[in-house]
Amino acid sequence: MPSLKDLRNRIASVKATQKITKAMQMVAAAKLRRAQEAAEAARPYSERMGAVLANITQAIGGGGDAPALMTGTGKDDVHLLVVCTAERGLCGGFNSQIARLARDHIRRLLADGKQVKIICVGKKGYDILRRDYASLILERVDLREVKTLGFVNADAIARKVIHLFSQGEFDICTLFYSQFKSVISQIPTAQQIIPAAAPASTAAEATSGGNAVYEYEPEPGEILSDLIPRNIAVQIFRALLENAAGEMGAKMSAMDNATRNAGDMINRLSITYNRQRQAQITKELIEIISGAEAL
Amino acid sequence: MAEAFQFELVSPERLLVSEQVESVVIPGAEGEMTVMAKHAPVMTTIKPGVVTVKTAAGAEERYVVFGGFADILPSGCTLLAESAVHVNDIDRTDLARRIQEAKEDAADAKDDESRSRAEQFLSQLTTLEGALLPA
Repeated sequence: MPSLKDLRNRIASVKATQKITKAMQMVAAAKLRRAQEAAEAARPYSERMGAVLANITQAIGGGGDAPALMTGTGKDDVHLLVVCTAERGLCGGFNSQIARLARDHIRRLLADGKQVKIICVGKKGYDILRRDYASLILERVDLREVKTLGFVNADAIARKVIHLFSQGEFDICTLFYSQFKSVISQIPTAQQIIPAAAPASTAAEATSGGNAVYEYEPEPGEILSDLIPRNIAVQIFRALLENAAGEMGAKMSAMDNATRNAGDMINRLSITYNRQRQAQITKELIEIISGAEAL
Repeated sequence: MAEAFQFELVSPERLLVSEQVESVVIPGAEGEMTVMAKHAPVMTTIKPGVVTVKTAAGAEERYVVFGGFADILPSGCTLLAESAVHVNDIDRTDLARRIQEAKEDAADAKDDESRSRAEQFLSQLTTLEGALLPA
């Protein structure tokens, strides 16, 4: 049985923890708002990019001059997985969900006899995947120093990926990230970026926008070879932004839970504390009374 | 007064401009071009340079863009810039850094084709710097 003093100390320490989790929740809420704004601000660009891309693909009509980044190498022997996770923990199952999806994917590919290479963006995914697949990890991109995600960060990753592709290091590239659905739900997603899957929905949108006969300056093929790498960067950028928003959402709900749990714990501890105090008072009273009776 | 049309300038980070304008000067890959309402549909790449926007209200705004695309339709014009800033907000150290990087790219280029491309990009950047300095 812990003494009264022990109980008092425990209550104080749980209260201190609660204060911290409460503060973290509030910080996450503020950051979430900013991350959401950033994700929304980036949306017009990727939408228009999709429309332009669909237009050009239509113009070329799957002709022979489509760049390799779009058509792929024609094989699917070597897979590159770009796994984007958060840099920090304390956000519930956020990181492990993405890592689990990636791990299932890796296991399936390995079982099929494919070769797998991994690029980790973010520390947490690296920590999880390193345990099982350390030999497959090519590189780890550290975004811890980055305060606000910029397009340059995504561009740097895209450049690495494209560089590897042009050296024939892989055939298919898949991006793993968490789609931000709402504050309480983030869906881990796998998206193939090389060869680029044609965005079907945006194609319909583009044609409805007045199926114009474009003049191209320079040639469509040349524009496309410039556009595709940029599109990959945009996709990665979007994934990073969604991840940032998702991380903060997950952190917010995790910290909310923690705060509530701490509250419950304080209640339980105070009940025990009060009972024990009462028991001690009763005991002392009995001692006094029985002492008086003995006289 | 010329007819107005919808112009949008978008960078990956945000939507910079979305308004009715009278004319836009775009630094196209094959030369500068002025876009006005009811322009024939053109799609072009953009080299680093200055975009001059003349709004329907008559004001003139200038933006610095670093590469991208323009999607021009009779009904409007969308400019997808890799990076875009207002001329007043241009960060000189950032520009200097880009020039430095372009120089390194040109020095590191392995074959003639990529070298000439890198050098072309570098010269576009230095022209841009020259155009901005007195401003």
